[in-house]
Amino acid sequence: MAEIEIRNVAKRFGDYQALHDINLTVADQEFMVLLGASGCGKTTLLRIIAGLETATEGEVWIGGKRVDHLAPKDRGIAMVFQNYAVFPHLTVFENIGFGLRMQKLPNDEVKQRVERTATLMHIEQLLKRYSGELSGGQRQRVAVARALAMEPDVILMDEPLSNLDALLRMEMRAELKGVLAESKTTAIYVTHDQVEAMSMADRISVMHQGKIVQAASPIEVYRNPSAVFVAGFIGNPPMNFLSATPAGDGKWQVAGNVIDGPHAKGPLQFAIRPEDMSPSESGLTATAKVVEPLGAHLLVTCEVDGKIFRAVLDSDLTVKTGDVLTLAPQADRVRWFNPETTLAVA
Amino acid sequence: MTTVATDTPMTDPRKAGRYVYAAGVFLLCAWVIVPLYFLLINTLSSPEAVNAFPKSFVPEFDLGSLTFFAGFAGMLTALKNSILVAVLTMILSIAVGAPAGYALSRFDFRGKEVFRMLILLTRAFPLPLLALPLAVMFIRTGLDDTIFGLALVHTTLAMPFAVLITFSLFSGIPLELEEAAWTLGCTRLTAFTKVVLPLILPGITASAIFAFVISWNEVFAAAVLTIENRTLTAFLLTNLDTSPLHLKFAGGFILVVPALIFIFAVRKYLFAMWGIANR
Amino acid sequence: METRYLPYILILPVTLFLCLFFLYPFVLVAQQAFWTDSGWSMQNFRDVTGHWKFPISLKNTLYLAAIVVPVQLVLALLMATMVRNMKKGRDLVLYVWTIPLGISDLAAGIIWLAIFEQSGFLNSMLSGLGVVDKPINLLTYQNPGIVFIAIALAEIWRATAIMLVILVAGIGLIPKEYYEAAEVFGASPWKRFTRITLPLLRPSLSTALVIRVILAFEVFAVVQAIGGTLFPVLMSETFNYQFELLNSGAAAAVALIILAISIAFTVLILRLLRVPKGATI
Repeated sequence: MAEIEIRNVAKRFGDYQALHDINLTVADQEFMVLLGASGCGKTTLLRIIAGLETATEGEVWIGGKRVDHLAPKDRGIAMVFQNYAVFPHLTVFENIGFGLRMQKLPNDEVKQRVERTATLMHIEQLLKRYSGELSGGQRQRVAVARALAMEPDVILMDEPLSNLDALLRMEMRAELKGVLAESKTTAIYVTHDQVEAMSMADRISVMHQGKIVQAASPIEVYRNPSAVFVAGFIGNPPMNFLSATPAGDGKWQVAGNVIDGPHAKGPLQFAIRPEDMSPSESGLTATAKVVEPLGAHLLVTCEVDGKIFRAVLDSDLTVKTGDVLTLAPQADRVRWFNPETTLAVA
Repeated sequence: MTTVATDTPMTDPRKAGRYVYAAGVFLLCAWVIVPLYFLLINTLSSPEAVNAFPKSFVPEFDLGSLTFFAGFAGMLTALKNSILVAVLTMILSIAVGAPAGYALSRFDFRGKEVFRMLILLTRAFPLPLLALPLAVMFIRTGLDDTIFGLALVHTTLAMPFAVLITFSLFSGIPLELEEAAWTLGCTRLTAFTKVVLPLILPGITASAIFAFVISWNEVFAAAVLTIENRTLTAFLLTNLDTSPLHLKFAGGFILVVPALIFIFAVRKYLFAMWGIANR
Repeated sequence: METRYLPYILILPVTLFLCLFFLYPFVLVAQQAFWTDSGWSMQNFRDVTGHWKFPISLKNTLYLAAIVVPVQLVLALLMATMVRNMKKGRDLVLYVWTIPLGISDLAAGIIWLAIFEQSGFLNSMLSGLGVVDKPINLLTYQNPGIVFIAIALAEIWRATAIMLVILVAGIGLIPKEYYEAAEVFGASPWKRFTRITLPLLRPSLSTALVIRVILAFEVFAVVQAIGGTLFPVLMSETFNYQFELLNSGAAAAVALIILAISIAFTVLILRLLRVPKGATI
């Protein structure tokens, strides 16, 4: 049972403010992903939770206990590092058993727990090897096994898959998700890879410039981004934006079309995901600039109202460069943002 | 004739170049080894042969010179003193220097650059000169003419190297390994002893040996600071004009032997140490 | 928290050590040099520089450095480039070449004495070849040139290794791609050496030169073993003042003069070989 609570945490490195007033609660057994571009503060936040970094301000609570004054070893956490940090002078067995030995557990219990987690991570045949004799994927497994063997309340992962090749990453993603769900541990997972975040998380905290912009379930973050940054960061190709001027009574003028929208003061930004449009009789007039057949879909980069505008269309359609399309946005998928505050407008 | 002449010019200059290259390498090796070989001949010859003329260019494998050396009054004590001072220097310089090397590699702290400059500065100083005032200071503190007093001075000589070498060694161990140990239940100290120390031990040994050699070879401070408890170098130096040739050569040989072994033992680290120390 | 003070605790032993055995004696040397019975004065310096042996020992020290250091630099560069392209036996060759690194100046002096002394190997060779019929005493007042050559050879033999090690390490830091790029653009091996190796090696070159030059001004035991009193140098003057003449004020003054020369040359070398910011590897 371990809920994590972060209260008003801020971190400054000299003049540089790495984190601004972070508040976040991670429920027991929840899989929370901290997602953001490099330098957004996600790793700093993770390291503050782990105790490898001290917060300038604020409190960290784990399992109802305030821990921000404790050493990493006293916080009930385990961590998986980006470069695995598998000890080169120890065998795989001793690596996995390292934390257990530090707890001075009896030999047979260490052996039992090491073997169990090694089997769980499918590395039971590697126990006698040294880290130099392992592939990147195998080292990754050792690092995860070492953390799991501790049976921690909380497991912290810092871009654990970023050094693996694409295929292995996909495989490990699914496996890690399964193993963690089974172990019933609370997990915080840092990544810059939105696919990883979407596929693994119970909840995603999108971070930008030292702040959490939105913390919500993957589908919520995707469908209802709370800010322009989230909308642009999540989804590939990214969301399209067009400026909208008020046309009275909840109607908005977008690239020569009048579209239903919120009752708000203008101007606003109209936003739509590329896959939420289809060719139709009426809609946005788009001139195709680049046509990329991707097999499953057709990605068309067009120009609407003098702006780049992407549409993911059915691959059966034939579109050539220079064609003029009329694209109708799916009404329930249209989102609106205030260009001043960059926040979503309901 | 003509076919041979047209075929070869492509390969010939290259081949010639390779011979010149090989000959150059060989000559430079000989340049280092031949003088050592001469010393070996002299050491393994009887005192009479050492003083005779002309010299033979092969040793006669007579231990006369070495036995004379061993029997010469004070020589064995000097040898023992040399070893003691060098071992003390080795321990002191690592014990005092390694923590600073660790601090330099792991922490950003105010005054770090000043400290680094101070260390580099000592390396750029004719340190043996400082033995002169130390002689006075040692007399006052009772450290004069002691093994320990000399070891302290030699430690000052070896210290900049110990700090810079351990600095580069620690920098080669990813911080992540230590952090992993902390999250797995280690304190700073246990993480150091269980993770960093085992990984760094070979390098530490190399830099300790380096400190040993520095002390072993040091002449000036040893001659200034010791009177009764001469080290081998000091003993040989102060008796240069009075001692017979075969004694000098046997002494020189004894001085050289550890050097040969030590350089062999640390050869892997020599270049790595300087590579990082230069940055 | 404790981690804030930890680095200071860790550097404390070294700092104390250096204060006690480096800064403090340095202050003492300065004090001794400038202090005479009648108070602060330059008297010690006047005495020392006024002595007839001073110009000779200064000249000897500088000449020796001027000959030895450039020869060592060239040799070390040559050796370092030679091992760079070596495939077989690189480790063995490097080991042999670095052996003198562990050999003390005193031992080196004794080794070269074995060659140059009257019944030594050089005389044996010369008489074997029939050049001389009886051994000649080479290391005497009559042959100052030979004494100088013997000392210079011993110094070159002994102390090229330290430069070699620094330069080999430095060359190892230069990425191979630069050479490949230069080769593609048509640079000859010599051009590659002068246009890539030398400029990129500047930091190592300056370290090597500084260390070597300082050691060159400290030259003592080699000279003592080969030349004895025939070839006075600054360091042996210091030694003499301290032990033969028991004049520690004068010894300190010579020590400070050596120090001043060392610092002047260090600054000069660092200036000449300075690498502009951002132009490092």
